[in-house]
This record gives sequence, structure tokens and C-alpha cells, in this order.
Amino acid sequence: MSKDWPLWEVFIRSKNGLSHKHAGSLHAADAEMAIENARDVYTRRNEGVSIWVVESRHITASNPEEAESLFDPAKDKVYRHPTFYDLPDEVTHI
Amino acid sequence: MNHQESLYHFALQMGDNALILGQRLSEWCGHGPVLEQDIAITNIALDHVGQARSWLQYAAELEGKGRTEDDLAFLRPEFEYRNVLLVEQPNTDWAYTIVRSFLFDTFNYFHHVELTQSTDPGVAAIAEKSLKEITYHLRYSSEWMIRLGDGTELSHDKMQQALDDLWMFSGELTAMTSLETSLAAAGLAPDLSGIKPLYDGRIAAVIQEATLEVPSGAYMQTGGKEGRHTEYMGFILAEMQSLQRQMPGLKW
Repeated sequence: MSKDWPLWEVFIRSKNGLSHKHAGSLHAADAEMAIENARDVYTRRNEGVSIWVVESRHITASNPEEAESLFDPAKDKVYRHPTFYDLPDEVTHI
Repeated sequence: MNHQESLYHFALQMGDNALILGQRLSEWCGHGPVLEQDIAITNIALDHVGQARSWLQYAAELEGKGRTEDDLAFLRPEFEYRNVLLVEQPNTDWAYTIVRSFLFDTFNYFHHVELTQSTDPGVAAIAEKSLKEITYHLRYSSEWMIRLGDGTELSHDKMQQALDDLWMFSGELTAMTSLETSLAAAGLAPDLSGIKPLYDGRIAAVIQEATLEVPSGAYMQTGGKEGRHTEYMGFILAEMQSLQRQMPGLKW
């Protein structure tokens, strides 16, 4: 067992109705402590109403070297964006 | 002593507990064992200082002599401080810091639950506001008791040592002074004999879960609530008050 506490990723819901957003990471011995540490490190200025923590090793990330094949194809498919419609001025949140 | 004077002394006692523990915990600022705990313990220190402000503001108002919360915090002599001896004990190390907080937080929690029922609206309001913070403090220090008591052999031994050493300062928390007896009779503050079984039960349960032993020492030191302090108190005040003593009226 490593002497250091494992690393945890912290996700904070800033208010009800919004999704949890990645806030940062911290060290903790277990999930309970990770929640308490996250509360003290990331919510002491009233940033949130809910906390998720997950051990960093459980996160699988996409490989940066594969970024071209993964993401570039979407760039030339403008027809996937609804930009060809005339929108009435009253509609603001699109 | 009429009710107003009794309440003034009680508000001082409550404010001084929070102020001195807050001062002690803030000594960890920049020295915490890891970054996360440095922030956590400093955060808790600030909660205590915030609670001290509420009580000392109220005390100043009850006294009615034009003194402010700052006058009360920074310009009283040692024997006028009414905090329990436990909170002035030195940090020593993380084990002593956690045990000291755990013993205090446990009492503080049950005390505040009852204080929300005070017949004095000022006391009830401060208790209500502080209780949320205190609930978290108790959760935090209890978690650490269990984590380190039931941790490695070394952490277990350090926690037991701290518990044994600080134990004789725990009895004062629930030992009633004549002030507290008269306040209880008037419904202004709780009868501590009602809190004692809750306090003892919770302390024993956490100590057991932490695989530690309740110390057998029966001798309990008292005096803080009446202004008789241990040798550490003068040093805390010297550091805390030096700026106001050197530059009276100084403001940030």
C-alpha cells in the first residue's frame, strides 16, 4: 500500500437544477474523508449544494493522441448544428 | 446578580470558549499535516471565531457600558476569561488537537441543542445559528478519532496518550457552576446534569469505535469557568492581545 492517500476528483453542483461540474482534485484516505475535504476545500465560499467524489484511478480518459480521429470528423459536419433556421427574435435561449 | 448580569457572564463564557479554541486551532494555519487538513482546521477555527463574535457582541450589549466585542476579546485580563481549561491546552500534535476538539465538540453540540430552547431569545438565536457549524465540527473530530484510534499501532498509541492526558480537563464541561445553576433555574440555559448522560454516551461510543479505552483517571481539574486558568492561558493572551495593547484602538 502506498504511503500517500489516493487522489480523488471532486464534482460540485453549484445549485439545484444544474449538473455537477469538475471542481478539482484532492487527497483523502477514503470516500468519507474525500467528501469532508471537498466540503472544506471547494465549498467554503458558498460554491455548492452537492458534492460527488470519485477516485481518480476510476476515471478513464480519452487518449490525446487519438484526438484527431475522435473529434476532427465532427468539425466539417455543419449540418448537425441548427444554424440554417431563421429564428424569431423572441427565442433567446438557443 | 440579576438575569441580565447572569446572562452577560454566560455570554462571556460561551464567547471565550469559542474565542480561545478558535485561537488555538488557527495556530495550525500553514502548519497542517496535509494541505486538505490545513484548510479544514483553519476553516473550523474561523467558525469558532465567528461564534465568539456573536457571543461577545451579545455580552457587550447586555453589559451596556459601551464596550465592544473587540474590547471584550482583546482587553480583558486573564482572570476575567471564563473559558473551560480544556480549550486553552496546547495543540501539541494532531492527536492532542483532535482529542481536545472531540471532547469539546461533543459537549458543545448537546449544549447548543438545549440552548436553542433558552427562554432568552438572544441566546436561542445564537445557538440556532451556531448549531449547524457545531454539528459539522463534531462529525469532523469524531471521524478523526475513529480513523486514527483504529488506524496504525502508532496512531492508536498517540491518540490514547492524548486522550489520557486531556481527560482530566473534560469533567469541567459538565460540572455546573453557581452561575449555571441559577441560569438553569430560570430556563435561560440548560441543566448540565441532563446533558451529561448524552455527552458520556456519545464519548464512550466513539472511543469504543476508535478501539481506544476510556481513561480510568477520576480526578477532574476545574476552575476555568471561574477565571482560574492553567499556565497556558497567559501565553495565548499575550499573543492574541499584543497588537491591541501596543496600538490601542488599531483597526485593520
